[in-house]
Amino acid sequence: MRLLKSVMSWFEDRTGLVSSMGSIMRHPVPPGSAWFYVFGSATLLAFLTQVATGIALAFMYVPSSGEAYQSLQFITNDSTLGRVVRGIHNWGASAMIVLVVIHMVQVYLFAAYKYPREMNWLTGVVLLACTVIMGFTGQVVRWDQTAVWSVIVAAEQAGRVPFIGKWLADFVIGGETIGGATLSRMFAYHVFIIPGLIFIFIGFHLYLVLRNGISEPPEIGKPVDPKTYRDSYEDMLKKKGVPFWPDAAWRDVVFGFSVMVAILLLAVIVGPPDLGKPPDPSNLDALPVPDWYFVFYFALFALMPPELESYLIVGGPLIIGILLLALPFISNRGERSPLRRPWAFAVVVLAVASISSLWAIGISSPWSPNFDAKPLTAEIIGASTGPIYEGGELFNEKGCLYCHAISGHGGQRGPDLTNIGNRLSTNELTWRIMNGGLNMPAFGGTLTNDELSSLVAFLKSRKVD
Amino acid sequence: MKQNMITSECSRRQFLAKLSIALSSIAGTLVAIPVVGSIIAPLFQKKPETWRAVGAIESFKIGDTVKVEYLDSSPLPWAGITAKSAAWLRRVSDEKFIVFSVNCAHLGCPVRWVEGAKLFMCPCHGGVYYEDGSVASGPPPRGLYQYPVRVQNGQVEILASPIPITTI
Repeated sequence: MRLLKSVMSWFEDRTGLVSSMGSIMRHPVPPGSAWFYVFGSATLLAFLTQVATGIALAFMYVPSSGEAYQSLQFITNDSTLGRVVRGIHNWGASAMIVLVVIHMVQVYLFAAYKYPREMNWLTGVVLLACTVIMGFTGQVVRWDQTAVWSVIVAAEQAGRVPFIGKWLADFVIGGETIGGATLSRMFAYHVFIIPGLIFIFIGFHLYLVLRNGISEPPEIGKPVDPKTYRDSYEDMLKKKGVPFWPDAAWRDVVFGFSVMVAILLLAVIVGPPDLGKPPDPSNLDALPVPDWYFVFYFALFALMPPELESYLIVGGPLIIGILLLALPFISNRGERSPLRRPWAFAVVVLAVASISSLWAIGISSPWSPNFDAKPLTAEIIGASTGPIYEGGELFNEKGCLYCHAISGHGGQRGPDLTNIGNRLSTNELTWRIMNGGLNMPAFGGTLTNDELSSLVAFLKSRKVD
Repeated sequence: MKQNMITSECSRRQFLAKLSIALSSIAGTLVAIPVVGSIIAPLFQKKPETWRAVGAIESFKIGDTVKVEYLDSSPLPWAGITAKSAAWLRRVSDEKFIVFSVNCAHLGCPVRWVEGAKLFMCPCHGGVYYEDGSVASGPPPRGLYQYPVRVQNGQVEILASPIPITTI
């Protein structure tokens, strides 16, 4: 015991770490911060979990385009606890994205980005961007069929940047085609470059939190005035401040603990996402859908007006980035309470509503042809011979079914045709099939006259009395 | 005299500061050249033009649209199956072939040929193309890209080409 004490005092004398860490941990923070302030530390915790599990995965993963898939199968199915580690890395990534967004929304609603914390916000925006890139590259290093097509989709987006688009696209793919270089480069981004940036900016972000202090909970009628803010903040800390450890930190620990337990439970019970088919670019039997956090964005691509698309693909993220970076300069003083900033409230509600609805529609993707649609049975067609039956069979064969549903069979891209016979006449049906319209291809060139009249007869018989 | 000494002291200090900054920048630049160069150089190297045989001419029926597979122009030894590419090939007549890229002109997803409908359909955002590759429906800003194709010694050959990137 005495030995330990003397070792400790020697260590403290030579390093001074205990007292300096102690004073950082016990630095005064505003009272009453309550549970709103736990999301930043929980995001950090999720990131550290990603670092730990990422290192464990790197012990087993082979970042080679030709072999990564097999190494992932080994990690998931054959290695001791590999499945759990992959599970934690996957759910930890989801947690990090959820938490970083909640943290940002909370800071925005409380206007904690105002003077003197503008740089806290700006470094946070960089960290948000890094987190999104980690999400994308992480999905790619899970090197399966969807990963390969995700790289191509990302490259095509980069390709819409004026002048340097083609070059950027090649940069994303690591060449002009998917190949040996693609995964090695993605691995370098995911494991070295972006995590390195995240470490640097987390350090910067935390330094700024210490330097500028945690913002006090907003109060109505106490606007931020850059002339007096620092003095009154110092004053308030002197009078009412409480030590961060443990008065405020215990909430971070309790919340962080719950987040960890949730991640672990999901990792063990649900596990990591299944590996798709092997990363073979010549296998076209693919339905690439991004991980959940990009599904709303995926939906946006299907729904935005094609004429504007090239501008939106590049301009959309650019404008959002500029707005986020400009925010603390647009308003860095004045009221902080969300109750006095109705527009801030409206922005959050609008963003949440539009992203959620894009999500909802992205999950069902009604714009995609349903290649797995079950063919109409003779029972649904309602005939076993004659033109109506032949028309029903043509409906199956000619791909009508991929986009149109009849009696619950088929896709959702085009209108449901279960009772089309009530709505359109024989002539109208013929015209529509021949010439297409709106989003329907013209079939005039691919159907014989007999086929066309059977198909029309079949559709005309789709009636509800 | 004293005045002079202060000035010379200052300029000596300034000189040393400038020297240190200059040396550090030079050292940094010297290391950065090979680091950055090796990262971006592969993107400027033009791959050799390579024609890949995809099958004997008589193995393709006139009027049929089929998927053909071939290797990239210069695959890296560890590329494995990722070196494979595919294209949609149609024999139009005895000697005439047409080859479509499998990448949707919208965002590059793999289009499928639906024989019954005589359409290429994309699974991602609803792009649809007619038999001749022109846009039938959905968001694609242009028709399907085509690859050069030729017949050589009884073999149909495709020029192994980059993934087509739609630019503005």
